[in-house]
Amino acid sequence: MSASWAARARTGFVAPVFLWLGLTVAAPLALVFAVSLGESTQGAPPFEWSLTLSNYALVFSDTLYIGAFANAARIAATSTAICLLIGYPMAYAIARAPENKRGFLLFLVILPFWTSFLIRVYAWMSLLRPTGLINSALQSVGLASEPLELIANEFAVHLGIVYAYLPFMVLPLYSTLERIEASLVEAAHDLGATPARAFWRVTFPLSLPGVAAGCLLVFIPATGEFVIPDLLGGPDTPMIGRVMWLEFFQNRDWPVACAIATLLAAALALPIVIADRLRAKAR
Amino acid sequence: MSGMQRGLSWLPAALAAGFVFLYLPILLLILFSFNDSRLVTVWAGFSTRWYAELLRNERMIEAASLSLGIAAFAATIAGVFGTLAGYALARLGAFALRPLFALLLLVPMVLPEVILGLSMLMSFSALERLIGWPAERGFLVVALAHATYGTAFVALIVEARLRGLDPSVEEAALDLGAGPLRAFLRVTVPMLAPAIASGWLLAFTLSLDDLVIASFVAGPGATTLPMLVYSSVRLGLSPQINALATVLVISIGLLAYVSSRRAAPRGGLST
Repeated sequence: MSASWAARARTGFVAPVFLWLGLTVAAPLALVFAVSLGESTQGAPPFEWSLTLSNYALVFSDTLYIGAFANAARIAATSTAICLLIGYPMAYAIARAPENKRGFLLFLVILPFWTSFLIRVYAWMSLLRPTGLINSALQSVGLASEPLELIANEFAVHLGIVYAYLPFMVLPLYSTLERIEASLVEAAHDLGATPARAFWRVTFPLSLPGVAAGCLLVFIPATGEFVIPDLLGGPDTPMIGRVMWLEFFQNRDWPVACAIATLLAAALALPIVIADRLRAKAR
Repeated sequence: MSGMQRGLSWLPAALAAGFVFLYLPILLLILFSFNDSRLVTVWAGFSTRWYAELLRNERMIEAASLSLGIAAFAATIAGVFGTLAGYALARLGAFALRPLFALLLLVPMVLPEVILGLSMLMSFSALERLIGWPAERGFLVVALAHATYGTAFVALIVEARLRGLDPSVEEAALDLGAGPLRAFLRVTVPMLAPAIASGWLLAFTLSLDDLVIASFVAGPGATTLPMLVYSSVRLGLSPQINALATVLVISIGLLAYVSSRRAAPRGGLST
């Protein structure tokens, strides 16, 4: 096998995918930026090419948009933290389970990811509504005299994000925890460390790459989430993904929607690059 | 070993609680799809009437067949590009622009769907201005958009699988004089078949499930199943949606189970 053959093989495999990714990922994202510099018109499509920053000026001057960015970042961050608190013990338990059971336990974590996102959010709608199962149960056992407001608020959005993205937290945590040598932890025990001390001084530091990967995989998509705030959230705390959706579908203002998308992508660029580095390192 | 377990006896309970949290809402949804009452939350006896109504709902059937077709088409394109991409990442070493290549594969997986959907509509709209296609954004446009999304996931699974496979068999084929393409098609692809199948299935279910990207790119003539479900959910809960959810959850769950038995990519969908 000569070197030129290998080089030709590389070109043959890589070039078509590069072309495909360029056309379907890079070019569309570049176009979003280009349209964000355009001007909104009445035509179809409803914009004209231009080189104006007025859409960005609008986004930065209106507290609705700035507030929606801040809400999204805050809600995504707290939801990510809750995911970590729930997901870490789950991943740890699977990594410590007998080897022949791990595959099935992992499958149980992955399965919800395969089932429809929309349907999982819908499931919570029917649980949280004023006449939903939780409220009926609470009222029938006398714990509540009138329906609690469980839906159309931030609580429900947090719950929805944690529920929908928990598998994204558990899987990378599991893959780092599984690789930590049991002998290291045993050595800590043998040297007299309490289980808590052994965990915080040995296991947890070694699992930090998984913690970072899991947090980023939840935080990044949750920040731009549309379906969950739309179906479970209320009007008080708009999130930027939904604001952008409304800008596009209700106001039909493509340039402003593109400006919001560009800013959101720019804000998420750093976390995405970190996630990419972590992924490269994990190999 | 007993030292390892010390102080960790609550872990299995935490895991079980996590699974209850993940599965109870879906199980209740399935239970209430057999409820003989229009009220989604009051049990009034066993019935399959919502399934019968679902079968008679022509808009739902039409949207479902559109979505199934789109998903099959998108998964097939994603399967081709995703397999090539996974192969490149796992076997071709440090090719030119590899970091950019890996980044472009990661972006559709993590970037919020609203940005992906908007970006794809912008490019289809620009194409229409430029060359007059696509004048009506229907089946093909949605399928291409979903294929983009699916490629990254197929690549992830194929790459993970290839890293677990010994490259010496492929090298032997090359040493014996098979060209790279022949070695790839005759040796690598058959070894990868389970991983490609499970990648195809994942791309298929992601497409079948997608609301956001389809809402952006689809023209007025094309309503996919999630778009129809979304608009009816916004109007209120309906036991028919519970019935549909049950059908989807059980059929996709079975497919996922079969594919995980066959492929079992280590670390599954992790990074």
